[in-house]
Amino acid sequence: MILKSETLELREDNAVVRVRQRARALAIEIGLGLVDQTKIVTATSELARNTVDYGGGGTATLDVINEGNRRGLKLTFSDQGPGIENIDLALTDGYTTGGGLGLGLSGSRRLVNDFSIDSTPGIGTTVSITRWI
Amino acid sequence: MDTNNNLTELFKKYEQELLTDWIKEQLAVIPLHENLLTEFEVKQDTTDFYNAFQLAIQGGELVDIKGAHWEKTLQLLDNITKSRTRLGFTPTETATFIFSLKQPLFTLIQKEFGRDVNTPGKELWAATVLLDKLGLYTAESYIKTKEEIIRRQQNEMLELSTPVVKVWDKILALPLIGTLDSIRTQVVMETLLQEIVRTESSVAIIDITGVPTVDTLVAQHLMKTVSAARLMGAECIISGIRPQIAQSMVHLGVTFSDITTRATLADAIRHAFAQTGVKVSRASRQV
Ligand SMILES: Nc1ncnc2c1ncn2[C@@H]1O[C@H](COP(=O)(O)OP(=O)(O)O)[C@@H](O)[C@H]1O
Ligand SMILES: [Mg+2]
Repeated sequence: MILKSETLELREDNAVVRVRQRARALAIEIGLGLVDQTKIVTATSELARNTVDYGGGGTATLDVINEGNRRGLKLTFSDQGPGIENIDLALTDGYTTGGGLGLGLSGSRRLVNDFSIDSTPGIGTTVSITRWI
Repeated sequence: MDTNNNLTELFKKYEQELLTDWIKEQLAVIPLHENLLTEFEVKQDTTDFYNAFQLAIQGGELVDIKGAHWEKTLQLLDNITKSRTRLGFTPTETATFIFSLKQPLFTLIQKEFGRDVNTPGKELWAATVLLDKLGLYTAESYIKTKEEIIRRQQNEMLELSTPVVKVWDKILALPLIGTLDSIRTQVVMETLLQEIVRTESSVAIIDITGVPTVDTLVAQHLMKTVSAARLMGAECIISGIRPQIAQSMVHLGVTFSDITTRATLADAIRHAFAQTGVKVSRASRQV
């Protein structure tokens, strides 16, 4: 069940910072410890930047969710950009088409509890991450 | 005759009366000041808007102000609201521009269509809906302007808080505080490189104790800076990587493998002293 939800625009560099700040605030609100806060915020930073840089902009949805007796912070990044041809390749450490470190997607997956990616070339990309308390 | 036509005609027929009363209403509420907003400017804004407004409703569209007919009018309204917001007007004061048209307009509608029992109701309703939409538009425009102001101030602050300090002969320190977005990171790193050259330093300490998030972009900027400094003959030390940051970096897969790191700024300074041959000792107590 979604207890709380907010959606933020992700169009430019500054928006990445804003989404990160909201993610931090919600992580604190649901009681995530400092280490887990930092993990989800770091993953947020990576995925939000991908949405802006590769997806041509999109949205970030921040949900506080409840499942059984556990609570979590779920973030969903969506864009209608070019999509990813080969998701396995994109998830390989060091793979980048933009001169980055190529660790954003793969690293984010390691930083969170749940990770899912859905991408269709020509349609867009949606990445979801969840950190449970 | 339909409601929209009635209103369009009304605006055309009573242009002078409406403008005069509308301006009068505004002048009664808006704070005027010769350095801020003058009576002349109010009159100018109002007549400009009235003209654009008349063109917009000529298209017969009084309900959907998102349409192309309204584009110019909304642009104008946006500009008027923006400039008044920047002058420090409150949301109520900026919305007054639109809402002060209500009374003159409603009075006129009553007078003009009052004979027919059904008509004034429809006209009043249409006019209310339209003015409410325009009023809300000024509220959105007000908030956007405020957000822009805040963002600009934030950016200015970010630029201010990038001091490269000289710790000792040939030793520089750059204590980074706050969010490192990519623009700021680039500015900061370039400043550091310039200072290394200017002060002929051989060690530069980048302290990230005050940085809440280190993602791959920040890490890449740091690594590039360290490489560039190395090419210039200076060694960089990164200090203040807090435990939670270190853990996240490990998960990301970022390793500062060939970069000297130290837990604290003090440790980094000690290392820098050793590198540059500076010896620090406690002065023996004089009896
Ligand atoms: N939202 C997206 N839309 C399209 N392509 C993407 C998106 N996110 C990631 N990619 C692709 O996946 C690659 C790997 O991304 P990432 O692991 O974050 O590394 P980096 O950002 O350093 O390139 C990117 O270079 C890009 O080609
Ligand atoms: Mg990336």
